[in-house]
Amino acid sequence: MSLWLVLAVNSITFGGLLFLLAAGFSLIFGLMRIPNLTHGSFFMLGGYLAASLIEWGLGFWPAAVLSGLLVAAFGGVIERLILRRLAGAELAQVLVTLGLSFMVADVCLKIWTGDPVRIDTPAGLRGATAVGGLVFPTYRLAISLVAVAFAVALWALLDRTRLGAMIRAGVDDPEMARVAGIRVSHLFTIVFCLGAWLAGFAGVIGGPILSVYPGLDQEMLPLALVVVILGGTGSLVGSLAGGFVVGFLYNFGQAMFPQLAYVVLFLPMLLVLVVRPQGLFGRPAV
Amino acid sequence: MTALAVNRLSKSFGGLLVTASVNLVVEPGERRLIIGPNGAGKTTLFNLITGELRPDRGTVTLFGRDITRTPGWHRVHLGISRTYQIITLFPHDTLVRNVTLSLLGRSRLRWNPVARLDGQAALVGRARAALARVGLEHLADRPLVQTSYGERRRVEIAMALAQEPRVLLLDEPFAGLSLEERRDVLQLVAGIPRDVTIVMIEHDMDVALDFAERITVLHFGQVVVEGTRGEVVAHPRTREIYLGE
Amino acid sequence: MKRLALAAALVLLAALPFWAGGSFYINIASQILLYAIFALGLNVLVGYGGLVSLGHAGLFGIAAYSAARLLAAGHGHLAAIAGALTLALLAAALFAALALRGTGIGFVMITLAIGQIVWGVAYRWISITNGDNGITVGSRPQLFGLSLAAPARFYWATLLVFLVALASMQMLVASPFGASLRGTRDQPRRMAALGYHVWMIRFLAFLFSGFWSGIAGLLFLYYNQFVSPQAVALTASAEVLLMVISGGSGTLLGPVVGAGLVVVVKNVASAYIERWNFVLGAIFVAIVIFMPEGLVPGVVGLWRRATARTPSRDLVGVVEPGKEAGR
Repeated sequence: MSLWLVLAVNSITFGGLLFLLAAGFSLIFGLMRIPNLTHGSFFMLGGYLAASLIEWGLGFWPAAVLSGLLVAAFGGVIERLILRRLAGAELAQVLVTLGLSFMVADVCLKIWTGDPVRIDTPAGLRGATAVGGLVFPTYRLAISLVAVAFAVALWALLDRTRLGAMIRAGVDDPEMARVAGIRVSHLFTIVFCLGAWLAGFAGVIGGPILSVYPGLDQEMLPLALVVVILGGTGSLVGSLAGGFVVGFLYNFGQAMFPQLAYVVLFLPMLLVLVVRPQGLFGRPAV
Repeated sequence: MTALAVNRLSKSFGGLLVTASVNLVVEPGERRLIIGPNGAGKTTLFNLITGELRPDRGTVTLFGRDITRTPGWHRVHLGISRTYQIITLFPHDTLVRNVTLSLLGRSRLRWNPVARLDGQAALVGRARAALARVGLEHLADRPLVQTSYGERRRVEIAMALAQEPRVLLLDEPFAGLSLEERRDVLQLVAGIPRDVTIVMIEHDMDVALDFAERITVLHFGQVVVEGTRGEVVAHPRTREIYLGE
Repeated sequence: MKRLALAAALVLLAALPFWAGGSFYINIASQILLYAIFALGLNVLVGYGGLVSLGHAGLFGIAAYSAARLLAAGHGHLAAIAGALTLALLAAALFAALALRGTGIGFVMITLAIGQIVWGVAYRWISITNGDNGITVGSRPQLFGLSLAAPARFYWATLLVFLVALASMQMLVASPFGASLRGTRDQPRRMAALGYHVWMIRFLAFLFSGFWSGIAGLLFLYYNQFVSPQAVALTASAEVLLMVISGGSGTLLGPVVGAGLVVVVKNVASAYIERWNFVLGAIFVAIVIFMPEGLVPGVVGLWRRATARTPSRDLVGVVEPGKEAGR
């Protein structure tokens, strides 16, 4: 299989992971106006937890879901105990999530030490699959499908359910939402936990490809940020499009100009900020 | 040459047309009152004139100069000053410091990173004089937060006047004031010389009517009645709009 | 009274190498001073401009790396310093232009992203930055013909730069431009309505801040005679921000106190605890939740209440600079 095809597949896969990560971040930011800087830590923590769960005998997919839930629970605790106390003080919330990310990173280092932790590809998805005359690594195909599935599910959630309507109302106009009787504070907790779950889950399914190691959180967070800046906050389509753009740029950049990978990432962000600051799919600020 | 002219000015938010093809012509020295029920788009019109909002369509002209594309801060230097419905000044600064900031806004000195602001005797002197003109020189060194709302409104007007505007926009200057405070402010406004053109938005008709020479009535973003005070007050549509609320 | 205290402080600082008790402590003092310059520079944006940057280590690092590269290429110290500061200023201009496309939280996020990109470049662009291995610098520059190799000499040079920085900050704060900047922090809309070019004021403040961050970066480089990607990591940006908010961002003294606090705790902590990051994070969280206005205003407030003559001023809270009244 040609190099370009391999890169393309890797990009789509990575893009899918970034989508899961960015979608959670974007939802949290869109609804609660908090740039959750602990989001990278959620990703890493999910991976670490799953690795341990798998070591203790749990299957890959149950571990993925359970890790997500554990991370979501952790997120819920953060939201209720800390972030809610600082309601309205956006900057304070940002700084707190930053401080927490440092604490989480150090605790992970303590528990899982500095060596990268491997998560094995789940048994059923090892090897390669032939699709239309071309051969792809099965697992990467699976991740791409999972990402698409989640994109559809999230869209359905936001567009078709009452919860989704409440979330969208909250994103558009929190004051009005409160007046309309929506329990905005409950909504905040739900969305924060959902975002955390997505990040943790992504960390697990990304595990066989990326491994889990100290510093993973600091690498993934800016990527999520760039995705959201590119795609526009609060926009699911934006996270999807942005995720794939960043996925492609990062992978091709790394392959073609390994030393300039971050510069390659910088340029489109620069372009978007200059030409369309609200992101490709975001709403322009009044 | 007209002082302020607005031609087919339109602005929408989302799907809502807030300013609908408004035409307005204000002559130099005129005292124009803009009235209309809540949501009629009065403040939006002001924001379009001062440049805080960009219109979707239409033009804004100041003494013959098209300022539609001019940034808001620059319009101040061309002679527009305004006050706001809700007074937002600098609460922890003294009155004289608040007015000094207003004077500084029109002065090249504002870019100076080395001189001591408090040492600028001429500037501070003009600030005190501006406060004296509104009868507040005795409170000059008091922090704004320790003054009454009525006094703050007069400070705000002093700040606007200190910039020697050609066109002064007053957005509901009587809002939140007691009867006595309203009389003070009205007297203040009435005493402004004719080289300043004044456009006022008001919701409260009692005090504002005394001030107005010509009145423009806005409803749902459109001009529905316009004319002299007498004409507008007698007009059936005016009564309809106000009594029908 | 204030002048006496100031003079005494000056004498103490100047005489520090004699009473500090050894090179180790003199070096800590040098570190505190150079980080104080960095924190003061950041505070121009955060405390006086109401703009929080989570990427300022990027400017610090660009100056350090530029100088290191210029020295490695064979240029003299003067050329290296001049080149580094020029690059830092150009970078500051670019960062400012991008970051100011966002407001409030958007500004924070963009500076974070930019800062991380600088880190990514420092880490990956090995042909320029030598990656994780960092760049070593052979010697320190000479000041007035005197070598700065010894701790005391370097300390005095740093003290001199610090005093110049402090004086420039004091001047800026008391100047019309300083008043304009503070105005844009408190009431940006009103300032525009008064004729101020809010974007330009913020842009220039960013440049000023970038300049001093660059100076601090150069001092850092010469202090360690080494620079690595660690200097531009997110933790570095977080640390300097912590210095600003722990000391108190509404004052000139606050960032200096904050710098002292963070440097000392970091040095003490690393003697007893393996990892500083947890402590850094915990202090961040604690300060933001329990003492948002920082140490200096907190202590000043206590002092004022204790010696109450005038009603205590409601000092500007650090964690919500720029929040408009009535919102």
